[in-house]
Amino acid sequence: MRIGVLGGGPAGLYFALLAKRADPAHEITVVERNAPDATFGWGVVFSEETLGALRDADYPSYVEITDTFARWSAIDVVYGGRTVRSGGHVFSAIARRRLLEILQGRCREVGVELAFQREATDLDAFADRDLVVAADGVNSTARRLLARHLRPTQDVHRSKFIWFGSDLPLDAFTFVFRTTEHGMFQVHAYPFDADTSTFIVECTEGTWRAAGLDQAGEPESIAFCQDLFAPELDGHKLLSNRSLWISFVTVRCRSWHHGNVVLLGDAAHTAHFTIGSGTKLAMEDAVALGQALQRHPAALEAAFTDYELERQPVVERFQEAARDSATWFENVRRYDGFDPVQFACNLLTRSGRIGHLELTRRDPGFAATVDRRFAGRPERLVAPPPLFAPLGQRALTLANRVALAAGAADDASDGRLAGAAAGRLAAAAAAGAGVVVSELVAVAPDGRVTPGTPGLWADDQAGPWAEAARELAAHGSALALRLGHAGRRGATRPRRTGVDRPLPDGGWPLLAASAIPYTPASAVPKAADAGDLERVTGQFAAGARRAADAGVQVLMCDLAHGYLLGGFLSPLANRRDDELGGSLEGRLRFPLRVLDAVRAAWPDDRPLWAVLTVTDWAPGGLAPEEAVAAARALAAHGCDLIQVTAGQTTAVTRPDYGRLHLVGWSDMVRNDAGVPTMAGGGLTTADEVNTVLAAGRADLCLLDPRTYAGA
Amino acid sequence: MEVGVGLPTTTPGADGTGILEWARRADQGPFASLGVLDRMVYRSVEPFAALSAAAAVTTRARLVTMVVIGPLRNTALLAKQAASLDLLSGGRLTLGLAIGARTDDYRALGVDPGGRGRRLGEQLAELRELWEKGEVGPEPVQPGGPTLLAGGLSGEAFARMARGADGYVHGGGPPRAFAGAAARAWAAWRDLERPGRPQLWGQGYFALGDADAGGAYLRDYYAFTGPFASKVAAGNLSSGRAVKDFVRGYEDAGCDHLVLLPTVSDPAQLDRLADVLG
Repeated sequence: MRIGVLGGGPAGLYFALLAKRADPAHEITVVERNAPDATFGWGVVFSEETLGALRDADYPSYVEITDTFARWSAIDVVYGGRTVRSGGHVFSAIARRRLLEILQGRCREVGVELAFQREATDLDAFADRDLVVAADGVNSTARRLLARHLRPTQDVHRSKFIWFGSDLPLDAFTFVFRTTEHGMFQVHAYPFDADTSTFIVECTEGTWRAAGLDQAGEPESIAFCQDLFAPELDGHKLLSNRSLWISFVTVRCRSWHHGNVVLLGDAAHTAHFTIGSGTKLAMEDAVALGQALQRHPAALEAAFTDYELERQPVVERFQEAARDSATWFENVRRYDGFDPVQFACNLLTRSGRIGHLELTRRDPGFAATVDRRFAGRPERLVAPPPLFAPLGQRALTLANRVALAAGAADDASDGRLAGAAAGRLAAAAAAGAGVVVSELVAVAPDGRVTPGTPGLWADDQAGPWAEAARELAAHGSALALRLGHAGRRGATRPRRTGVDRPLPDGGWPLLAASAIPYTPASAVPKAADAGDLERVTGQFAAGARRAADAGVQVLMCDLAHGYLLGGFLSPLANRRDDELGGSLEGRLRFPLRVLDAVRAAWPDDRPLWAVLTVTDWAPGGLAPEEAVAAARALAAHGCDLIQVTAGQTTAVTRPDYGRLHLVGWSDMVRNDAGVPTMAGGGLTTADEVNTVLAAGRADLCLLDPRTYAGA
Repeated sequence: MEVGVGLPTTTPGADGTGILEWARRADQGPFASLGVLDRMVYRSVEPFAALSAAAAVTTRARLVTMVVIGPLRNTALLAKQAASLDLLSGGRLTLGLAIGARTDDYRALGVDPGGRGRRLGEQLAELRELWEKGEVGPEPVQPGGPTLLAGGLSGEAFARMARGADGYVHGGGPPRAFAGAAARAWAAWRDLERPGRPQLWGQGYFALGDADAGGAYLRDYYAFTGPFASKVAAGNLSSGRAVKDFVRGYEDAGCDHLVLLPTVSDPAQLDRLADVLG
């Protein structure tokens, strides 16, 4: 085959080398616009996994590459005046320039033609080629020319970063966080040979502008960063190589090939530099494409399909992790005031690729420190993992940090808890939950979701709850009774065949913030007037008193799920023009009035929690900063912990049910509002729970096991 | 996990005799269900017609649409067709619904594809309503109507499923892709506080010993997706080992019912597949 390779970076060179090795009859030319020794950037990082692939693909270059590697296993996090080190991470890095030298040398050895300083503005030069490999980087010409077929997208990140080198010798991947009057700056630095390091400085765009860096040239930027990180540089210099402040661009393509042209590396995809995987992914692409061509020697289309099927899922996973990582750095101010060890733990687990278990495997000592500090017993040798660290709430101490929901079966009659429902509560406690969250318990008959929703509007309904509270305590657990009013989602059929299906005979009149039906089939609710609201407030207080008298350990107030109180919070459901609508302050007024009444009726020494919808998952809904403000207000009114939920304010939403989808929201509420939180959202393993807790993203986890006796 | 097989209603070369022969033999074999696909602008057999014919020559296998494109159809007529098929088959219908991926199917029927997701959500609720009210008969054999599945990969699709269906039907792909979708189906189900658990249905393509022929059909059937068609074709299970790995992968991913759809119309495929499944 006659093969043209566009771009002489690591991906293009490595592919050319492998293809020529596989079949010396191939005629291969690499076209590069720069000179052989011109290079941008400093060092590049590899994982152990990538090294294995490189060893198998071409042993001579592997030996040369690993001979000049800087290898290290520690990550240092410099934060709040302290350096926290964790080990066992195993990285390797090499100077990009040296990597190119090695690959150029190997290409020449095997007979690849290298043509430097040749700019390709179109693909005409490759017209006589059977195969064109476009490895021409993030600004790929080939991708632009074939955009119609490849369908690329480019997302520009908001943060600014600048890529320096330094003569500072490091023995760890080093993150430095420095708070200034303009905001937070962070450094991502790692060694790539005995005496040189990559030194990237990053900040948010706001901080960058506030510091005047949008007006700064290269020398001013160097001076600024050198001055800011003088303690870490310790007299060493920052080295520039046309270093400018830029924004990272994430490239994605629907397809990586068209006709006889195929994309490799950054040309096809990029992943934010904070997970340092660009060169690694590019060289793995080269290996995969080379192997696919060998498997399908006579069929380019089949080889390209094979290559994409192998590489696209891997790249997507890295892009997802990179997005989480980039977002973490954008929100890093949130963790101001964190204990440095917990901060480091949060940083290390930011992209979901490393959890508590993996940290323990990599560095048992560090993980033990995390656990000890989490348990508040730094002096002890033995400490429980975060899941088993007790949680104190007023006079109550929960035995562990796992909550289980008992689930709803709509089996109450006249609001009286069914025996089977009590059995579900007990089963969850017997399964080991520190606290068991009940289904919705209605404060009034017209506050029920279905005719089978239990209630606490009459004294004779309290008995089963008292029994449940006693039984759960006997299991070492506690009962969290979720008190609420279904509002416009009331009067529906049992949920076995679906939710929000109105009762055939209409059920009972509905009450809501505004007269908007929940679904097109739902009855129009009455917009609550002053009398209604006073009555409902009293019903909540009465329910709280009955729960208190029944010995219930935790009371939860449901301000979520599109129910009555949640409806007041959201601009999508609350269109009132009185003092209970409009601004967030107005929309919060009635829910807070209810919370005050409940707090007054609920014993001081027992915890009061709220379930809060923090995003409506719908356009025009509650804004994130409103959710944070609402959480702060709830805490100021005596709420001790917030269960973070999303969606259901309206029937049609755009939910995100991705992996651990509520954890990020919990992190926001907990650390922006400073309120303890409970996170759910598909947490299914103890490791996930330990990770979320240890990182300070929630204080309590609602485990969502696929099967247990109570579900 | 139960394993079913598709009817050759979209593959080249199937005629009425062949489809009925296939249905008979599958019903006598180890297959738990017979599945059909739905496509308007294609040389495929209409799903309710195909399953009605299959109902007449089978007694055991469940009859399942994987899927029917709901918003293409008038809801009351769809309810009646499904109830009729449920009656004719003695309660064996599982009705999988989704919005489809092709707008030309919508254009061919003069249906606006805009808002089709929302319409499917409403349809799920309306179907239940129609079956329960019983004004539009016949009364389905399954109490409350046929089992309803909903498909799709967007967040809206999972919420729609949990809101109004009995389970989730996946559109195909490697076991890892199914596992990801199943996790979302569970999350949506729990989020909406549905009692119990969602049924999880998966599907895959096979043509044992005949990969090339099946590949050509898949590239044609999925031509509208552009380069994705080659990927679907590459996923065609053409060896016993590939089928076994796929079945094991789906079982590990928590699938309740896997339907293997043929990519060629030769009924000998049923024996080969039965041998592989043991």
